[in-house]
Amino acid sequence: MQIQEEVLQVLLIGIANGAIIALIALGYTLVYGIIELINFAHGEVFMIGTMAALTIVTWVPSLFGVKQAFTLPGPIVALIVLGSLVAAMVTCALLNVVVERVAYRRLRAAPKLAPLISAIGVSFVLVNVGLLWKGPSQLNFPDLLPQVDIFRDWLGINTLVLFTFKDLLAIVIAVPLMLGLHLFVQHTRLGKAMRATAQDRDAASMMGIDINLTIALTFLLGGALAGAAGAINGLYNNSAWAFQGFRGGLYAFTAAVMGGIGNLRGAYIGGMAIGIVAAISDRVIDARWTQVVVFGLLILVLIFKPTGILGEETTERA
Amino acid sequence: MSAPAVTTPAAPRRAASESPLALELRDVHTYYGHIHALKGVSLNVQHGEIVTLIGANGAGKTTTLRTISGVLHPRQGEVLLQGDRIDKLAPHQIVLRGVCQSPEGRRIFSRMTVRENLEMGAFARRDAGAIAADFDRVLALFPRLKERLAQKGGTLSGGEQQMLAIGRALMSSPRVLLLDEPSMGLAPMLVETIFTTIVEINRQGVTVLLVEQNALMALNVASRGYVLETGRIVLGGPAQELQRNEQVQKSYLGIE
Ligand SMILES: Nc1ncnc2c1ncn2[C@@H]1O[C@H](COP(=O)(O)OP(=O)(O)O)[C@@H](O)[C@H]1O
Ligand SMILES: [Mg+2]
Repeated sequence: MQIQEEVLQVLLIGIANGAIIALIALGYTLVYGIIELINFAHGEVFMIGTMAALTIVTWVPSLFGVKQAFTLPGPIVALIVLGSLVAAMVTCALLNVVVERVAYRRLRAAPKLAPLISAIGVSFVLVNVGLLWKGPSQLNFPDLLPQVDIFRDWLGINTLVLFTFKDLLAIVIAVPLMLGLHLFVQHTRLGKAMRATAQDRDAASMMGIDINLTIALTFLLGGALAGAAGAINGLYNNSAWAFQGFRGGLYAFTAAVMGGIGNLRGAYIGGMAIGIVAAISDRVIDARWTQVVVFGLLILVLIFKPTGILGEETTERA
Repeated sequence: MSAPAVTTPAAPRRAASESPLALELRDVHTYYGHIHALKGVSLNVQHGEIVTLIGANGAGKTTTLRTISGVLHPRQGEVLLQGDRIDKLAPHQIVLRGVCQSPEGRRIFSRMTVRENLEMGAFARRDAGAIAADFDRVLALFPRLKERLAQKGGTLSGGEQQMLAIGRALMSSPRVLLLDEPSMGLAPMLVETIFTTIVEINRQGVTVLLVEQNALMALNVASRGYVLETGRIVLGGPAQELQRNEQVQKSYLGIE
């Protein structure tokens, strides 16, 4: 394989994983933006997303009396993929709303350490939900997507770079979701209410914005995106594990901080940066060193820009 | 500037059977944790009036307005709007009932545009036509905002931010408008403009409760006033009487 092709291959892996990381990072940054809480349970919500997707992917084929989903006709496989995505998004959206209602809302006026500890508690609870649901071992997430080499088989480009349906899927799902979130927050009435609440909660309430509802909506959106990330993660990396939320969450949190926590575009950029850097490190150095490289990068960014790449000082709050 | 006549017709939505008082506080006690900030505040505002609440820094003026708006809830006492209790409601429910405030320090959404700030004021409303009419009305009251609609709120001057804060509150189409120190930090010329506009807003049918440290200006435009000292109302009456009151002159008007 030539060097350019190898670079391209690594980039593709990086972008697909970067999309997953960015989707999770958006949940951290949305929640931090509105209630200034690092939601430590968010990685576990992502894990639950993968489990929900896995449930659909194994359960639906059993209805047809087959063991392996990919033996079913193409349109049904496509529906299963879509169904697993929707199931993961809905499950995680609702789960996140419940978590906020049960574990954070009453602590909103408390010192910041209190909801943080509550978040860590929720994280333990969710890991154990995952353990009870799917057991402690690393599970195989069935490979549903056809192994089409898009460059060669569809576009007739002769290259050794393997750009499969899977790589496409991550981007095809993640990009519209991110774009949709962006448009929602920028242009809809409720999106503007979210921004207003993030900037000044009391002033927003005095303008007639229902703060509880707006915060619940923020958790709903963050949860839905984590669910999508969970489904993509299963479909792309073909694994599901009750403990996957720790690493996924840590990378995504790092991405959110690196991009500038509270800033949506920062989460996209941070997620992509970490996905690509991790892919390069996996290939060039060694996968065992990747965490060191990722956190080294975070430290480097924070030394030169303590608020993150796109972060700004937020001093206007009274 | 002279005090406007108090013959302004009341807000058109007022039904004949309703209480003559637009707003009433009865023995309101509000706390911050253990700090007893309001120690039994009673006051009222009639339909169509401008009433001012004056007092030194830390007297509890802002706490009073935040209690009315539902950001704080009184531990004892009642807040009544047209005779109905509102002191247990959430802030957004109180806006729906027609009370909105321009808070102390303006608190505009600095990373949102002027237009978006005004839209947020109308958040609780669904009547697109009437909202558009109020939008035009606000821009007519504050023409300077018109040229700055696409600008971020944070880039406005202090005076413009104050206009935006008042305009934003007006976008909720309030029956009762609460204003917390609208003259704070503004040059005298601008203070004059803001107060003229407040009188104009009142003339358009909005009842106003005006909190001020600038007692001179406030008593000039108000029909009645109250004096707040460390969480208690110590004086109340027609604005002209308060202006002549020796204690008020000494403490708040700088007249020895
Ligand atoms: N968030 C708060 N926490 C604790 N005490 C407060 C808070 N806000 C105001 N206070 C206290 O309540 C009293 C009244 O304050 P405030 O209503 O802001 O006065 P004013 O608006 O008349 O200047 C003051 O003694 C002030 O120190
Ligand atoms: Mg004050």
